[in-house]
Amino acid sequence: MPVSVLLILGMGAAVGFISGLFGIGGGFLMTPLLIFLGIPPAVAVATQSAQIVASSTTSVLGALRRNALDHKLGAILVAGGFVGSALGVWFFAAARRAGQLDLVIVVSYVTLFTIVGSLMLKESIREFWSRRKGAAVRPRRRAGEHAPYLGWPLRMRFYRSKLYVSVIPILGLSLFIGFAGALLGIGGGFIVVPALLYIFRVPTNVVVGTSQFQIVCTTLVALILHAVTNQAVDMVLAILLIVGGVFGAQFGARMGRHLRAELFRFLLAILLLAVGLRFGLELVMEPKEPFSITVQEVRT
Amino acid sequence: MRLAGALLILLGTMVCAHAETLITSLSNHRVLINSNYTGTQIAVFGAIERDAQTIARATGYDIVVTVRGPRQFLTVREKERLGPVWINQDQQKFPTAPSYLNVLSSQPIAEITSDQLRQRQKVGLSAIINAGDFTLVRDGADQPFRDALYRLKAEEGLYLEDGRGVTFLTPEIFRAAIALPATAPPGNYDVDVTLFADTVILARTQTHFELVKTGFEEQVGVIARDWSLAYGLATAALAIFFGWLASTIFRRD
Repeated sequence: MPVSVLLILGMGAAVGFISGLFGIGGGFLMTPLLIFLGIPPAVAVATQSAQIVASSTTSVLGALRRNALDHKLGAILVAGGFVGSALGVWFFAAARRAGQLDLVIVVSYVTLFTIVGSLMLKESIREFWSRRKGAAVRPRRRAGEHAPYLGWPLRMRFYRSKLYVSVIPILGLSLFIGFAGALLGIGGGFIVVPALLYIFRVPTNVVVGTSQFQIVCTTLVALILHAVTNQAVDMVLAILLIVGGVFGAQFGARMGRHLRAELFRFLLAILLLAVGLRFGLELVMEPKEPFSITVQEVRT
Repeated sequence: MRLAGALLILLGTMVCAHAETLITSLSNHRVLINSNYTGTQIAVFGAIERDAQTIARATGYDIVVTVRGPRQFLTVREKERLGPVWINQDQQKFPTAPSYLNVLSSQPIAEITSDQLRQRQKVGLSAIINAGDFTLVRDGADQPFRDALYRLKAEEGLYLEDGRGVTFLTPEIFRAAIALPATAPPGNYDVDVTLFADTVILARTQTHFELVKTGFEEQVGVIARDWSLAYGLATAALAIFFGWLASTIFRRD
């Protein structure tokens, strides 16, 4: 692929900066950027998973040092994530065979990003207003308040997270994240973290470490499956993305410490909506070249 | 089928009393391309041999050189509007499309021979692409797909036609330069040389060369295809290594 090495490094650094700033993986930004750059969606998705593995390894190691990780919850998340990842890669290959992979990726991005982006935007604006009016910010945990599905059968006790909940919704969440991650080339941190925080009420200090632990495991599986099933992983591109991303993330993280939480969520929401919108345009605009060629098989 | 065709032609040239023979040679039978490189060239040299019985030709000779790269099973898809969105809908399969196709001739193909002969013998780019057996389904809707295949391949520099690509050095000796872009896939390439005079085919030869890609990226590509599990594991290991490296270098606690 004739894509400039410096451009990829620069993009990796820029996205790494943003991901460090927001404390997220950055896959949700990098994969779309690669696609907009003209890299085939299949290669972009599969290769980006290598970068996610690298960046989440860094965060997991950090979390381990600070002992900010719930191993038990992580293990349950990983179990669901594996199944989701395998399903995602299988679906990816099936869509590719049918010639509709690009469509599936674009539609999924539009849907996911519009929904998550609007939810975040709504939340951050509400928070902003309530702070303005001087009202108390939502209490973290009210006694006896639980969503009904947390009390489903197969309840399990997670000491680190101070939880006693059914494993079914946890498995469901991680299954979905694994599936979406493999299909879209995202880690899914921007979904797992809020879900663990707001739905399961996992304490803040273990949320990031635990979710990153799940992401590193499921993305690792997705990466290897993508390499075997779809042969769409480009090692050279992966290294460029990783190197750019690693350095960018460090500078981003340093800047991020001065950013206020609700402003941060607001900016992230805008970012998500913008990416979703950009993909939506791709879908509705008349293509310059309606025809495309795919090589099914090489006969030698 | 191709063998039978070749035999027929051979028979035809043997029966003909006015036998010109065609002798061709390639500058190279093994071409190395570095994937970072801009491409390369390979030269075809040829001589037309006449014997004592060969009748004098009123018109000069014409040469058509057709180069075909490794065959590919291609699917061409067309995006169509469905409600508000554009999605891939119709498709045509081309089971044995050459990955690279280059037709060089001593003058534009249309001036060398008749339309009918071109279609029958598949001489020239459009005759090859529009040949009946080039696609699987022929229901009349295949023409836009053939055109699209040609257009897209031409944009990549893989389907070319040059009406002045063959030069006669003397009336009986010619040469042609086959340009191979860096995107030309590795594999076996067939070079067909056809001799025309007065719109009929007098002789035909076929020769081959092999295109081998070298360079780091190409080797990585081969490993990714043939050792996909090892490749995946290696990429994963690299990613983990870089992640670990970053966490040690930028350790904050």
